[in-house]
Amino acid sequence: MWEYTDKVKDHFLNPRNVGAVDDPDGVGEVGSMACGDALKLTFKLDENKRIKEAKFQTFGCASAIASSSALTEMLIGKTLEEAEKITNDDIADYLGGLPKEKMHCSVLGRDALEKAIYCYRGEGEKEIDGNIVCECFGVTDKEIERTVAENRLTTIEEVTHYIKAGGGCEKCHEDIQKILDAFNNKTPEAAPAKKELTNIQKIRLIEETLDREIKPALQKDGGNIELIDVDGSRVLVKLIGTCATCKASQLTLKNYVEIRLQEMVSTDLVVEEVK
Amino acid sequence: MNIIYMDNNATTKIAPEVLEAMMPYLTDYYGNASSMHSFGGVVGRELNAAREKVAALINAEPGEIIFTSCGTESDSTAIHAAIRSQPEKKHIITTRVEHPAIKNLVEYLGKNGYRVTWVPVDKTGVLDLDYLYGHLSDDTAVVSIMWANNESGVIFPIDDIAETLLARGIVFHSDAVQAVGKIPVDVKKTGLNMLSLSGHKIHAPKGVGALYVKKGTRFSPFMIGGHQERNRRGGTENTASIIGLGRACELAGTHLAEIVTRVRALRDRLENGLLEKVPNALLNGKKDARLPNTTNISFEYIEGEAILLMMDQLGICASSGSACTSGSLEPSHVLRAMGVPFTAAHGSVRFSLSTYNTEKEVNFVVENLPPIIERLRNMSPFWKEGACKVQ
Repeated sequence: MWEYTDKVKDHFLNPRNVGAVDDPDGVGEVGSMACGDALKLTFKLDENKRIKEAKFQTFGCASAIASSSALTEMLIGKTLEEAEKITNDDIADYLGGLPKEKMHCSVLGRDALEKAIYCYRGEGEKEIDGNIVCECFGVTDKEIERTVAENRLTTIEEVTHYIKAGGGCEKCHEDIQKILDAFNNKTPEAAPAKKELTNIQKIRLIEETLDREIKPALQKDGGNIELIDVDGSRVLVKLIGTCATCKASQLTLKNYVEIRLQEMVSTDLVVEEVK
Repeated sequence: MNIIYMDNNATTKIAPEVLEAMMPYLTDYYGNASSMHSFGGVVGRELNAAREKVAALINAEPGEIIFTSCGTESDSTAIHAAIRSQPEKKHIITTRVEHPAIKNLVEYLGKNGYRVTWVPVDKTGVLDLDYLYGHLSDDTAVVSIMWANNESGVIFPIDDIAETLLARGIVFHSDAVQAVGKIPVDVKKTGLNMLSLSGHKIHAPKGVGALYVKKGTRFSPFMIGGHQERNRRGGTENTASIIGLGRACELAGTHLAEIVTRVRALRDRLENGLLEKVPNALLNGKKDARLPNTTNISFEYIEGEAILLMMDQLGICASSGSACTSGSLEPSHVLRAMGVPFTAAHGSVRFSLSTYNTEKEVNFVVENLPPIIERLRNMSPFWKEGACKVQ
């Protein structure tokens, strides 16, 4: 059960301005059935170029319907210049807030509004701005950048809550992280710096990691590990005690020792056993 | 407002008889069944009586029943017992429509050294048996197949599957959480190795379940601790709930006839009423192979959560196969496995009845749901004048 505000419930149960305006000045359609929500917004201007009428048709959950209803109420009486300034946050605020997993409903409203205004100005279909990052939901880098900036987002999860990007196959998570890092002024992981280790530094770091973490863990099971040599990216080790006879020792080497050393020392390391 | 509860596959009301049976063990008789004194011994005897009642419902021996904390624990215990006792075997077979208790566990094992075969279902939710049989191998440690699906209500042919698997000596577990108490379940006749059941689906409280382990099945405990449950599940027994589960199983045995007749008739009345009154409404699941209490209907071109919340205003409790959250925008894995199209999958509603439902309640839903559907469709951009506008 979602924790909706009374205002969300009111706009869902008694939606304002449902339908389509006759002979509209602007039409904005966003979303699709596959996405799980879709909104068609229509508006008409009066002689002073203020929005006289705004109506919506929405396929979606309660908060999608409430966000659409709220948007139409906010639009009526505004000039297009004023309307343009409405952000998804304004829509959510108007409703007394939305659960964070439902923020994309307010973004849907903003996008439909933007399209409807484009349509009125005769700019036709707004061209895709930027490059598609999330292929599942067709979200571009520009859209992600804008949403991250407007809402000061810091995690991929938040980005997904707001504009769905990253909510499908998750292949784009790395790209979304880069956008987040760029906005939040973070330098990407210092991986390149690690690669510049001298051979001596590398061996020392491997030894340290083995002594601090890996040996104690293996000793618990009655085993141990000894560093024999480091040849470029090849780490040659010898398994001792129960590890030497354990059937799962290759699993331990690859899934634990190698991964841990890659994390702590250098991503190109390969661990090999010497008998 | 009166609550019309039609979400019994999610959980059920505690039967008054069950609560009554439990109360003494929540108050006066608080002894530990393992104690030497007779004050604890009284409780121990009642636990054994409960074990007999649970066993009787599924035609097992009392010694084949292990009490657990829930269906999920029963499932985890079964799968771990099977793989730990055959460490050389690295293959698991299950279905694409299992409950998360099995699905997520097997996915986890799949990332940790096991090869997994996911058996598909067709568009009516019926299991592809050829696929299952075609993937059995000498490396298969366990096959786990639910007895009946919680969302579609479709019943799988456990008897036939068990026969094939037993002949090949492959360990067979079934999550029968949705089947027990709704249809006859006879473990002796079926011959499977392990079976999970849960208390709160059959009018016992939450927090108690049971695992049937056929005599002679290799076993290794999941909860390691004290000697309780004959060293097969450590931890002081949840006495009151176990006694409640025993009483609930006894009641389930007596109510079974009513479920397959009166409750089925109510379900059919609800289903037929809605399908007749609402255009573009589709049934999910093979009609004649379902639990008698379950119906899953898709209302095209609208979204499930909106339907549920509008029904909620009238006190009607049901559930939807579409979780509209940003993280999981897609319909449930069950509807996806069945290949229900997006136009229908987002607007699916599952009603699951119990012996507590009445004809009056069914009539109320049949009368009040169609206007809700119409209202939401009139808001939908994909719906115009009784027909689909955009695909």
